[in-house]
Amino acid sequence: MTATLRPVDAPSGSPPAGARSRGGRGRRSQELAAHLFMSPWLIGLALVTAAPMLASLYLSFTDYNIMSSPRFVGLDNFVRMAGDARFWTSARVTSLYVLVSVPLQLAFALLLALVLDRGLRGLSIYRSAYYLPSLLGSSVAVAVLWKQIFGQEGLVNQALDLIGIQGGNWLQNPDSALWTLIILNVWTFGSPMVIFLAGLRQIPEELYEAARVDGASQLRMFRHITIPLLTPIVFFNLILQTIGSFQAFTQAHVVSGGTGGPVDSTLFYTLYIYQQAFVNFDMGYASALAWVLLLAIAVITAVHFTLSRYWVFYGD
Amino acid sequence: MSTSTLDVEPSLDGRSVRGPAPRSIRRSRRRGAILHHGVLILFGLFMLYPLIWMAVSAFKPSHLVLTDPSIIPTELTLENFVDGWVVGGFPFWVFFGNSVVIALSSILGNLLSCSLTAYALARLQFRARNVYFAIVLVTVMLPMHAVVIPQYIVFSNLGLVNTFIPLILPKFLATDAFFIFLMVQFIRGIPRQLDEAASIDGAGPFRVFRSIILPLMVPALITTTIFTFIWTWNDFFGQLIYLTDSSVFTVPIALNALVDSESNQGTGTLMAMSLISLIPLLLFFAFAQKHLIRGIATTGLK
Repeated sequence: MTATLRPVDAPSGSPPAGARSRGGRGRRSQELAAHLFMSPWLIGLALVTAAPMLASLYLSFTDYNIMSSPRFVGLDNFVRMAGDARFWTSARVTSLYVLVSVPLQLAFALLLALVLDRGLRGLSIYRSAYYLPSLLGSSVAVAVLWKQIFGQEGLVNQALDLIGIQGGNWLQNPDSALWTLIILNVWTFGSPMVIFLAGLRQIPEELYEAARVDGASQLRMFRHITIPLLTPIVFFNLILQTIGSFQAFTQAHVVSGGTGGPVDSTLFYTLYIYQQAFVNFDMGYASALAWVLLLAIAVITAVHFTLSRYWVFYGD
Repeated sequence: MSTSTLDVEPSLDGRSVRGPAPRSIRRSRRRGAILHHGVLILFGLFMLYPLIWMAVSAFKPSHLVLTDPSIIPTELTLENFVDGWVVGGFPFWVFFGNSVVIALSSILGNLLSCSLTAYALARLQFRARNVYFAIVLVTVMLPMHAVVIPQYIVFSNLGLVNTFIPLILPKFLATDAFFIFLMVQFIRGIPRQLDEAASIDGAGPFRVFRSIILPLMVPALITTTIFTFIWTWNDFFGQLIYLTDSSVFTVPIALNALVDSESNQGTGTLMAMSLISLIPLLLFFAFAQKHLIRGIATTGLK
């Protein structure tokens, strides 16, 4: 990646080596051309991303219900958050969801990738079959399906009935509702599995051959070759799935009919933002909630990157 | 960020079993392989059972859906599709049309805006290029919730709620920054001598882009097309906010509305309409599987 990055930040008077032959005019026309090429993105960055971000930061310090103009209230929204039981509930529900489902999902993904990577015939068929839930998992349709499966007379209870267990309505029980969504997230382990498989392909076969010549056992090779060389992929998947799971919304909304119930047990943080912003039209408070989410994701990502220094192996 | 997964196109074919082995080992290997396949097939069936159940339930008469868990139907019917076909006074094909319009426009927008931006970031010399590229990476991780409220307020004041513009316009402004990143990585893998030769022959940046880079980055464009389609087809949050009138409902929103009126909708009906809503994704899965899997393997998209 770095090979193609030239010191383009140098002052315009001293163009980089590659551009020197074309002289200052070529350089200037490239500047112009580059900005023309990027103009859609630059406009989007300014109007669709940066300005709304700043606006929502401002709104987070206001009381605003869309009807009347925003009224500056200082830190009131954040103080209100500290005493808002539903805010804490939603933070807890989301954290539990992420902390349980992401490691489980990645464990399944890694396990299946390792099993599939052993030169089996029909690899591509298995890979596709296991991937299919990932493709469909974030759709409303699958959320509707989940609602039927875990309902009182759904597939799960029909299966449990066969072995003599009487199941209740998993979605109307506050102790189990969130777990059905965790299962749904784990069920979509296919896409990290595909990434793991690609990563396993990149481990040079020579390493295993050399280890075998030295008499290393399968377990040792796994422990000292496969695992270290796979850590960058584990890290990549971990970041991706963590950020994605923090923003999960569709399943909780559909399964609970938009309420986050029963008893707020599926009140994802994003669902709470949605309720405040687009049901109560409490835009100021919702903006404050959104900024807290943004900061939480930023902090968690930063922590992941810091910790990665201790366990991710980038070769030498 | 983990360039190893992004720069190298991994080989996607199965690695062959290493070398010949003595017969006795081969036999025990074969027995092991049969066991292996048995477990993998059973696990696959377990994984896919909910989807199979959905497909079967869609065609079962409503009184059998909840009483007969078997996936081999004893009676087939289309009544479920008839019952769920109209939502909020509009037939389902209207929602399909709306979803398709949004998906195709989003694909066009992403292809145009992201490829132009990526070309500039990967190939042209200009000040602060690294800073711009860093901004692309940061915006990839930005949660949409941090921007959606002011966006909604503006679009609402412009009277654009219940139109597709709030959903489509941002795509023409390259706000799906992930695809810029993907394309920059791809363009960097194209030999620079090609555009230098064209420049020497007098081609300007746009000519180089159109005649050299664009034809060579088709794989990246295909990946972008596939994932833009999947994302917009599955999008719920954005469409839920902006589309409140049933005439502009998309497939996921209509399906959600159908669930909310559940009191008079049976499981069979819901499964029938869910199945229908997944057909485009299943078609992609059936016909673009290789691209799809390669796209995930090289980029980490869902």
